[in-house]
Amino acid sequence: MLSTLIRRLVQMVFVMFGISVIVFLIFFATPGSDPSARIAGRNASPEVLAAVRKDFGFDRPIYVQYGLMMKRLFITGDLTSFQNRGQKVVPQLVDAMPVTLSLVFGGAILWVIGGIIVGVAAAATKGSVIDRGLMILGLIGISMPVFWLGSVLNLITQSRFHDTFLFSWVPALGYKPLLDDPWEWFKTMLIPWISLAILYIGLYGRVLRASLIEANEEDYIRTARSKGLTETRILLRHALRTSLITFVTLFGLDFGALVGGGALLTEVVFGLQGVGKLTYDSLKSLDLPVILASVVYASFFVVGANFVVDMAYAILDPRVRGR
Amino acid sequence: MAASETSTGSNIPGQAEPAGAKRRPAAGPWVTAFRKLVRDKAAMAALLLFILIVIGCSFAPYYAANIAHTDPFTSYDGTVIVEGQELSVLEESTEGLGLGTTPIGPTWNLHGYFLGADDQGRDVMARMLYGGLNSLWIASASTVLCLILAGLLGVIAGFFGGAVDAVLARILDVIWAFPIFLLAISLSIVLINSSIEIGPIVIRAGSLWLPIFIIGIVYVPYIARPIRGQVLSLKNSEFVLAAVGLGVPAHRILWKDILPNVATTLIVFVPLMMALNMVTESALSFLSIGVQPPDASWGTIIQDGQTLLYSRPMVALAPGIAIAVTVLTLNVFGDGVRDALDPRSKLRIGGD
Repeated sequence: MLSTLIRRLVQMVFVMFGISVIVFLIFFATPGSDPSARIAGRNASPEVLAAVRKDFGFDRPIYVQYGLMMKRLFITGDLTSFQNRGQKVVPQLVDAMPVTLSLVFGGAILWVIGGIIVGVAAAATKGSVIDRGLMILGLIGISMPVFWLGSVLNLITQSRFHDTFLFSWVPALGYKPLLDDPWEWFKTMLIPWISLAILYIGLYGRVLRASLIEANEEDYIRTARSKGLTETRILLRHALRTSLITFVTLFGLDFGALVGGGALLTEVVFGLQGVGKLTYDSLKSLDLPVILASVVYASFFVVGANFVVDMAYAILDPRVRGR
Repeated sequence: MAASETSTGSNIPGQAEPAGAKRRPAAGPWVTAFRKLVRDKAAMAALLLFILIVIGCSFAPYYAANIAHTDPFTSYDGTVIVEGQELSVLEESTEGLGLGTTPIGPTWNLHGYFLGADDQGRDVMARMLYGGLNSLWIASASTVLCLILAGLLGVIAGFFGGAVDAVLARILDVIWAFPIFLLAISLSIVLINSSIEIGPIVIRAGSLWLPIFIIGIVYVPYIARPIRGQVLSLKNSEFVLAAVGLGVPAHRILWKDILPNVATTLIVFVPLMMALNMVTESALSFLSIGVQPPDASWGTIIQDGQTLLYSRPMVALAPGIAIAVTVLTLNVFGDGVRDALDPRSKLRIGGD
């Protein structure tokens, strides 16, 4: 167990290093324009450019530049934005994190519960109208762009049907901190959670259904059936347990996609001031230091989360430890 | 299909034929797969719908010039005659302080502003068709690019092994762990505003090739990793070992034994990747780092519709429905292709 832990830790550090190098190269070594102009933003004066060049070491070898940047990002944390002059980037990110974390974890809980319900219901009624309907709905869910779905939900709950009893409880867009008023927080986050989870409910419902139906052919299910167990018990206690292993593996991968992609777009559509919205605003003003920092921090978070899922997986399934 | 004799397992020499039986050449795996696909009603319906969408979008220039008589790339603040009534395209807003303007809503009349106008008075229907062309083009071109790159990398890493494989596999691992969308954002924001010259290739700022290259490249590990795994297992399979034992040269093994098998996997990926790339393109364009104005794509039109969401929702609704329907047809067709070609595989569909 300990050796697995250490090996995974080393892998994680290697991957994080690799990612930081790739990000650094993309931002400062791709052809096109001068790296100091990228940092300083549009219409920077020659003096500012010269200062940036000296500060970030753009006149020195590339590994020195990389080292200086990483120092600014992780050790001193004093990378500053040039659009909002003097605004420190890292504290801004730290302030935005609770919003993104609320969105992502709430969405993930809905997605797992919804995915399991859809998958089990479809597998249990295989071939029936319910099964076909759920699978078609799942496909539709997979095919909708998440930011568009968010806009549609906004249109319904904020404008068109806001005055009916159905959605009059939906608060105006924007984030309410959890610690100030948990109930208000829950109400503001519910619609974003739903819009984020629908894609993954469709995806995971389909995966789980396929896996459950496959499990149905296995010997241990036949044994359970010949022992006279009820179908419900076989499905929930025997088949579902094994199928959840696939589910958990995929969850680790997609959680990263959710943090990096879906959450960003959802925050933009619902006006939640999280890391994604911060990145989006910086995309508009070409504020590269903010984008750089949020990409690196978000990727590291994803790699870290994957590490945790991997370890949980190794604890649940002893076969994985050897690998 | 000409490729049938190159596929492994199509003709098994030396298999006992019943004496006197009329020898009918067995259908190759490509023909079998094709027949199976044609029998799949859902897949065929999806393919038909997809082709209709492509044909519809390719009428964009004709529609704009000859039916709607509009230029969907310049802003317009005049009047339009709909069913005998003269309406201004950008009406004075009656809400709030009455400052801004509200664009004309859907007229449901194909001769002008069928889906209404956006906030610059441009015909949304005409922009939808043009945008569809761009979205479809980016999705297909980036898919082709991605499959070629990933196929090359996967086969090279898997077949030649050794140091090349070790390095490539490490790099793919790192990019795999990188959230795809963040990678695409980083590349886009750095490259979108400047033209790039790499040797003879020049990409101008705002060119459609930029999103094509970016989307094509970020998904390479998704395909290269399974291909590499497949090549590795093929290399150790009995028919390849037999060929090695017979002294067949490596390039011939690669060409005759490995590539036909890899080709099946790559073809299975085509519709599913197109669906994924279309969603990715729309997301990048929505964030205004994909297709650049005045060009349109379904993603940029949704973005244009954001400020009009509550007053003129059709601007944002229509392109979203177009994306959802197109991606749905690709996913259904992709499921059919996968079932026909490679029923054992467990490829996943979906996007972010």
